[in-house]
Amino acid sequence: MSADPTQVLAFETDCHIFDGCGFPAPGLHSFLFEPLWGNADGNGLYFNKPMLLALLGSLIIVGFFWAAFNKPKVVPGKLQMVAEAGYDFIRRGVVYETIGKKEGEKYVPLVVTLFFFVWMMNLWSIIPVAQFPVTSIIAYPMVLALIVYVLWVSLTFKRQGFVGFFKNVTGYDKSLGAVLPLSMTIEFFSNLLVRPFTHAVRLFANMFAGHTLLLLFTIASWYLLNGIGIAYAGVSFVMTILMTAFELFIQAVQAYVFVLLTCTYIQGALAEHH
Amino acid sequence: MTSALVFLAAEGEKENPLIPPWPELVIGLIAFVIVFGFLAKKLLPNINKVLEERREAIEGGIEKAEAAQTEAQSVLEQYKAQLAEARHEAARLRQEAQEQGATLIAEMRAEGQRQREEIIAAGHAQIQADRKAAASALRQDVGQLATQLAGKLVGESLEDHARQSRVIDRFLDELDDKATKAEATR
Repeated sequence: MSADPTQVLAFETDCHIFDGCGFPAPGLHSFLFEPLWGNADGNGLYFNKPMLLALLGSLIIVGFFWAAFNKPKVVPGKLQMVAEAGYDFIRRGVVYETIGKKEGEKYVPLVVTLFFFVWMMNLWSIIPVAQFPVTSIIAYPMVLALIVYVLWVSLTFKRQGFVGFFKNVTGYDKSLGAVLPLSMTIEFFSNLLVRPFTHAVRLFANMFAGHTLLLLFTIASWYLLNGIGIAYAGVSFVMTILMTAFELFIQAVQAYVFVLLTCTYIQGALAEHH
Repeated sequence: MTSALVFLAAEGEKENPLIPPWPELVIGLIAFVIVFGFLAKKLLPNINKVLEERREAIEGGIEKAEAAQTEAQSVLEQYKAQLAEARHEAARLRQEAQEQGATLIAEMRAEGQRQREEIIAAGHAQIQADRKAAASALRQDVGQLATQLAGKLVGESLEDHARQSRVIDRFLDELDDKATKAEATR
């Protein structure tokens, strides 16, 4: 790992303040990984740390729910109780609230999976050794947003028909009068093109920023560890801990927001146009 | 450090954080499908079944109790009806038995009457026969005695009245004696 030039981690460098060494600020390069296997330069296959974390994370989720729900009991044990609380929170608190119990039941597995998947991928950010949120690589949120997008488009077609789909997407409303063409154009782009993008980027950008912040304070804690800088290093270290706690909160919130939006989109596809 | 910077500069040219490399898209999809497959096909149906069972155990418990109560009620009514029927049956049987007993008693009484009359009739016949036998035996005896008495009377002098009466007394005593003897032999 130490030879890996893309792994700019604070503890891997001898660089300190007053040593004639510039601050090794985190940046885009902090999100690029040399492949563990294969070659990323061309279009060839490769396997890197975020991929490993993604697969590992999905195994952890499956493992957790397997342990909790494989042989569930009517009177639950501790683990089953915790898993049930999480499951129930998404089922009742998100799906039933937005889509409704009757229509929403079908989408519960998808939404539950999305939530725990996103949350786990976010959580990698503060899990020691891993310490990298998989969702800060755009590919992962984009896949999830695409799944939701495809579901939303096909569902709208199925429920509303071709004309209904068009009306639904453009927010057709006669009462708008002269503004209608403009409104329809904006709505069309907003719903069909911008929405999947923002859905993915919202999650990506939050995790990207969060990770950058954590890196910044972590690196600074190490970089400032020289002479008078030690006092500032202490401050930076406290900030690292505070930001870690904050990230813990943000990770859950972003996962929640992601599935809440998913449910809103599905609900929009199911709803009669008016 | 410098080599790292050179590398980063080279990378930075072509890497846009908003353009996903396709291998990562594929891995992301695979990772998601793994989780979705397990949760949607096996684990969530599992827990749904148990949650449903729990709901039934709580809400259904009340319904079941109510159902059991109504069933118990109906069974109780059934039993009551059966009991009443049984009582009625018992009363009918008792009535029948009483009637039967009465006829039996009447029959037995008639039979007893008949037997008594038979016995009485037989007794009467016996008495009649005995009397006849006694009468014939008596007649024979009386004749014999009369002949003896006459013989004695003739043998003795008939002048004295006292003597006369004494003979008669003696004869009668003798007669009594005979009667008691006859009684003893019988």
